[in-house]
Amino acid sequence: MSETPSIAVEFNQVMKSFGAKRVLNDVSFHIEQGRALCLLGRSGTGKSVTLKLIMALMHPDSGEVWVDQENVVGLGERGLSHVRKKLGYLFQDAALFDSLTLYENLALPLSRLTKKSKDEIDDVIRRVLTDVGLGADGSKYPSALSGGMRKRAGLARALVLEPKILLADEPSSGLDRITAAEIDELLLRQKAEHGTALIIVTHDVHGARRVADQIAVLDKGNVVAFGSVDEVSQSDNEVARRLITE
Amino acid sequence: MRWLSRLFEFVGKVGLFSLRVFVDLLRPPFEFTQLSRQLAEVGNRSLALITVSGFALGAVMTLHTRSTLVMFGATAMIPAVQSVGFFVEIGPLVAGLLLAGRVGSGIGAVLANMRASEQIDAIESLSIDSFKFLVVPRVLACVIALPFLTLCMDFAGLLGGFLSEELSSHIAPALYLNRAFDYLQWANFIAPTLKTAVFGFIIGCVSCYFGYTTDKGAKGVGEAATNSVVVSSLLIIVADVLLIKCIFFLFPDTAI
Repeated sequence: MSETPSIAVEFNQVMKSFGAKRVLNDVSFHIEQGRALCLLGRSGTGKSVTLKLIMALMHPDSGEVWVDQENVVGLGERGLSHVRKKLGYLFQDAALFDSLTLYENLALPLSRLTKKSKDEIDDVIRRVLTDVGLGADGSKYPSALSGGMRKRAGLARALVLEPKILLADEPSSGLDRITAAEIDELLLRQKAEHGTALIIVTHDVHGARRVADQIAVLDKGNVVAFGSVDEVSQSDNEVARRLITE
Repeated sequence: MRWLSRLFEFVGKVGLFSLRVFVDLLRPPFEFTQLSRQLAEVGNRSLALITVSGFALGAVMTLHTRSTLVMFGATAMIPAVQSVGFFVEIGPLVAGLLLAGRVGSGIGAVLANMRASEQIDAIESLSIDSFKFLVVPRVLACVIALPFLTLCMDFAGLLGGFLSEELSSHIAPALYLNRAFDYLQWANFIAPTLKTAVFGFIIGCVSCYFGYTTDKGAKGVGEAATNSVVVSSLLIIVADVLLIKCIFFLFPDTAI
């Protein structure tokens, strides 16, 4: 009998407003470990906010956000630190630390959050950089990297702690199709080899079709469609249908 | 009245921000690597500006003082005026204002840029306390570096004054130094020099506050840089008045 995969992330009636503007309105969904969920929707519909709520960089006005069976809402500093170690976050513009080299960007979380020796850290960084195709660029500063390289570097930093759940905010934005496809391949490889759950915010429907096991479409603060690519493309909701088919 | 309530709100927020610096300063882990980086940034990289400014100011001040004291036949007092002026007031205040301009704007802009480009979120996402990692070492670096920079400014000012005086009256270095320190004892300038640690705290806290708390994206970077310089300069001048009063109150025998 096959084991039911555990739930990696679950939103339960989450609401979030900024001033008078409600960005998320009673949002509920979940994703299982080892699966890939793409969040689609028009700009300003709360997709990036959803990722930040998972990482507890923001807090919901109400509702529950469960990450690997822990509700991150109301967690203290120590609890949050514990949860965040299970998460990797690829930011939209990679958010690499300007004042550190690529090697130092990756070494920072390893040296602070693990008990690895200097040699072990070197090994991990070399392996991760090679995996993302930046094996020879460790000594470069972020300002010397192209857009695609920065995305890869951001991904390398997100993966360096071997997270159970990877959050990616528009991993293909600003990239040509070939580079975007390469990033998608890296994400898929991470899922296949390590069983990582992926939650990807994207406007790239091609990428979403390639990567996603499930798609959630957000519109006006609500999840208006949720399911496989085929299910969403046949959804009753016009916005969801148009987003996935046009 | 609205501006008054906004002013109180601002003072309250900066006050709480500063309090958090104190609390986090005493809480491990201690960011020694970051502190040494910031000391290099705040101290080493400001040294040239501070010493050159002190030297030029010293030379100019001597020129002005000489033209006045000549009328009273009191040119022998020039070194003393120079040293008292620099060590007690000009050095601390000008060093503070220069550092507010150079470092304050830098801190404000860097942190605001980090906020706008999600680098601060990235630090948090790596389970690192961004406040302890970014703010505390910067404030502490300002507190530590400014008294040393002030001494550099004082001595550079004295050197500038000496060279200016030497060109005018060919005074011997030993005589100049004797006269300079005739009226000045260690106790006279320790308190004024140490008060610059307070200036450093003001520069660090205000600049970090504007940079760390901005939420206006790229626009916020420029605003944070400008506000850091304007507000910290203003607060340094106000604090200077209060601290001088305190020094006179606490050290009535040595304060001059």
